[in-house]
Amino acid sequence: MADSIRMQVTRYTPGPDSVPTVAEYDVPLRKDWAVLDGLNYIKDHVDSSLSYRWSCRMGICGSCGMNVEGEPKLTCATFLTDYAPGPVRVEPLSNFPIVRDLVVDIEDFMEKLPRVKPWIIRDDDVTVIDGEYLQTPEELAEYKQFSNCINCMLCYAACPIYGLEPDFIGPAAIALAERYDLDSRDRGQRERLDVLIEKEGVWGCTFVGECTTVCPKHVDPAGAIQRYKLKAAKENLMTFLLPRAAR
Amino acid sequence: MTKRHIEPIVWLLFSAGGVAAAVFLPILILLFGLAIPLGWVRPDYNYLDAVVSHWLTRLVLLGLLVVMLFHSAHRFRYTLHDGLQLRWEVPIAVLSYGGALLGSAAALLIVLTI
Repeated sequence: MADSIRMQVTRYTPGPDSVPTVAEYDVPLRKDWAVLDGLNYIKDHVDSSLSYRWSCRMGICGSCGMNVEGEPKLTCATFLTDYAPGPVRVEPLSNFPIVRDLVVDIEDFMEKLPRVKPWIIRDDDVTVIDGEYLQTPEELAEYKQFSNCINCMLCYAACPIYGLEPDFIGPAAIALAERYDLDSRDRGQRERLDVLIEKEGVWGCTFVGECTTVCPKHVDPAGAIQRYKLKAAKENLMTFLLPRAAR
Repeated sequence: MTKRHIEPIVWLLFSAGGVAAAVFLPILILLFGLAIPLGWVRPDYNYLDAVVSHWLTRLVLLGLLVVMLFHSAHRFRYTLHDGLQLRWEVPIAVLSYGGALLGSAAALLIVLTI
């Protein structure tokens, strides 16, 4: 195995730079080094001005998502040796404006996420004193998969529809809506459906399925969207079949 | 109250057509495209004629053809719209689903006259 690998890293500072450029760095190639370790090496030893987000290094915080060789990846969980002998191209996530170098602006998602009300909604006034809401292991298993989302934005970077139609609410937001809909303690299905039944809700999706392919936590947003489409379609059929008063 | 939308209706047809195309179309192709023409099976003509002439067979065939036509129309629409990036939303939708409607009418005519 060669003892170094070349990383081609996007550099961009809005203002001084009119377009993003590519800088090349040689970093040590070690068996246990992820792409993020390579970036940290560059920042510590070569160019301290390189900007990128990271925190936990263990696939939980969801901050280190970048396009590695064109594929959205968590850079802490993507090993340099898989790209040997190199070079390996590291770019900011697609479909988002670049703040600087590898840092993208996820404000659009932060605005969309609360629209689907990703929290437990109740229609009763149970207080803490009344005790907790009980749930069986089977009820937990219903939504557990969808609760693994870490908001890493890889699905938004992979989704060609989000790239074309920025109004589309997007894979992670719908998967999280499904997570709360499937929770036995929740009563908010109706409120979420009102948001997602619209064109920019689930109907933006054409089932490309890339969101599920790139998801590092196996959440399966594409599956969640298909389930939601069925719910929305049923509800929509009701509006045609039922008299106005019964809806 | 929920507003009425057309998209979910065509999506339901698209979904149903996807299932029909994946599950039943291969069987039909295997039977009538390969097995019978190549003589792997030799069904009695009168028997087959009786089966195809039955109203239930006609109804099932019509249902399969209609949903599969709408399935392909929906795919065609999004291939033009997202794949080829053509932005004429309404003409594309009219062309795609209009084609499926015409095909459905033709299918109806055929199953009524076989």
